[in-house]
Amino acid sequence: MTRVRRWLPGLLLVSPSIILIAVFVYGLLGWNFKLAMTDKHDEIAEIPGNFVGLENFTGIWSEERWGLSVRHAIVFTVVFVGGALVLGWLLAFLMEKGIRAESGFRAVYLFPMAVSFIATGVVWRWLMNSATGEQAVGLNRLFHYVGLDFLQWQWFRDPDWGMAAMAIPAIWQMSGYIMALFLAGFRGVPEELREAARVDGCSEWGVYRHVVLPMLRPVTLSALIILGHISLKVFDLVVAVSGKQIITDVPATFMWTAVYDSHDPAKGATIASYIVLSVAVFVVPYLIWDARKGKR
Amino acid sequence: MTAHVAEKAPRTAPAAPVREKGRAGTWVRLVLLLLFVLVFLIPVYVLLVTSFKPLTEADPTQAWNLPKVWTTEAWSVAWEKLEPGIVNSFLLAIPGSLISAALGSLNGYVLSKWRFPGADVLFTLFLFGMFIPYQGVMIPLVQLMVNVGDALGVQLYGGIPGLVLAHVVYGIPICTLIFRNYYVTIPDELIEASRVDGAGMLRTLWSIVLPVSGPAFAVVIIWQFTSMWNDFLFAVFLTGPSSWPTTVMLNNIAGAVTTPYSQQMAAAILASIPTMIIYVLLGRFFMRGLMAGALKG
Repeated sequence: MTRVRRWLPGLLLVSPSIILIAVFVYGLLGWNFKLAMTDKHDEIAEIPGNFVGLENFTGIWSEERWGLSVRHAIVFTVVFVGGALVLGWLLAFLMEKGIRAESGFRAVYLFPMAVSFIATGVVWRWLMNSATGEQAVGLNRLFHYVGLDFLQWQWFRDPDWGMAAMAIPAIWQMSGYIMALFLAGFRGVPEELREAARVDGCSEWGVYRHVVLPMLRPVTLSALIILGHISLKVFDLVVAVSGKQIITDVPATFMWTAVYDSHDPAKGATIASYIVLSVAVFVVPYLIWDARKGKR
Repeated sequence: MTAHVAEKAPRTAPAAPVREKGRAGTWVRLVLLLLFVLVFLIPVYVLLVTSFKPLTEADPTQAWNLPKVWTTEAWSVAWEKLEPGIVNSFLLAIPGSLISAALGSLNGYVLSKWRFPGADVLFTLFLFGMFIPYQGVMIPLVQLMVNVGDALGVQLYGGIPGLVLAHVVYGIPICTLIFRNYYVTIPDELIEASRVDGAGMLRTLWSIVLPVSGPAFAVVIIWQFTSMWNDFLFAVFLTGPSSWPTTVMLNNIAGAVTTPYSQQMAAAILASIPTMIIYVLLGRFFMRGLMAGALKG
């Protein structure tokens, strides 16, 4: 009894948050999945849709636009996650031994994180303007100035690799964050460990190869999780740079048009479910792993 | 590249010659870092230069030039169009971040110092809320807000209060995480001593924990303010024209083909000024919020 009295007040104090999370996170996720399994393809109808099982989930694959948006998301994810990881790591690597004006460098690389994708999308749309030749502005014009006209291309309007261009602003925005993560990781390697490796005859490269890089694995995993979940739900950036154009359609923008232009709640919910599943597949194991690690 | 330079350093030599060799490496690193600074600042140059250009200079051949005539015309037009959104964003982000901090502090305190059975599992369940793509709750959320609003006779959907509610609720995980990790560093003996002195849970929170919570509050308030200010997804689904925050308004301004580049760029800068001021003045706390999202426990 006394033990209960000891922890009950705490539980009561958190209970408002527990209820909010239970309802708004888990309850609404469940509601969304339920909606995705109905034939409610018209939002005006008062009657709730009939249960149709996984019909929407399988049916959507026969839509050309869905296949396109999935392909776009994959290209974007590969380029963005890879690019941000490499650039962030490189910046951290260049700074990890300490450099003059380090805080100044860090401030520059990190400032895009404080700004919205909508605001930076405005300038990136200008930079990645698809006009070439006489009418070229943005980066295409810059290529012309330096005599690299052959580099001019359609950027995000390129039908095949447009999403790779779309990843450029995202890399610009996020690599400073990844730099900060890796920098903390580099600095977390005790100097004594490196010293010990050197004493044992390790070359400076060997110290990185055998001591520092293995210790960066947890940081790399965190960075991958963060970049991956940002990438799979990317929305603001695409809207800001190209609006609702099919050529840059990703699941999140497709869902938006399904809800607001096609007025099809069940389809919107189906797409949303796929986005959630694609993130949950790797975030849930990560969280469980993280919780177990915390206990030890 | 540095590793390469360093590799050639004599292995047996003590610190001094290594430093000598390292100097060339330092210069290479510095030059590379400066190059990246230039690349990172290209968008900033474009934003500033374009925003001060008169319409007569909006011609592709002058795209990268400095304005011949500097004018703030575009700025005043952009401000006029964007002002209602900026007001809405403040009405959203100030109360929102304060409520978030209060909730986060309570949760973090209990989950670190006043634990109940199952607290760890609960915390993990909370954390999942941090990673879910909000698209997954959006359609039911709109429905819920319409229903609850109707039932209570208040306007939740389409207005700022509903948007504040959404941000506060989905901000609970990160705010709880930041406060919990901060409170873990307070020695348990302090809490125990206070308990022995007969202070209850709230009394201990009030007189022992809150007085040292300043930094955590700064981190959470700045984090939540920034994410509420920069959010587009919730805003575009949950608000109507009269309550559109800055991001939605900016997107409408910039998305209209008739808006000249100079006004788009000026509006983009105006929309970013509040969070940039925070970043410049309180970057330290902003950083801690960023790291909290990644490095836990």
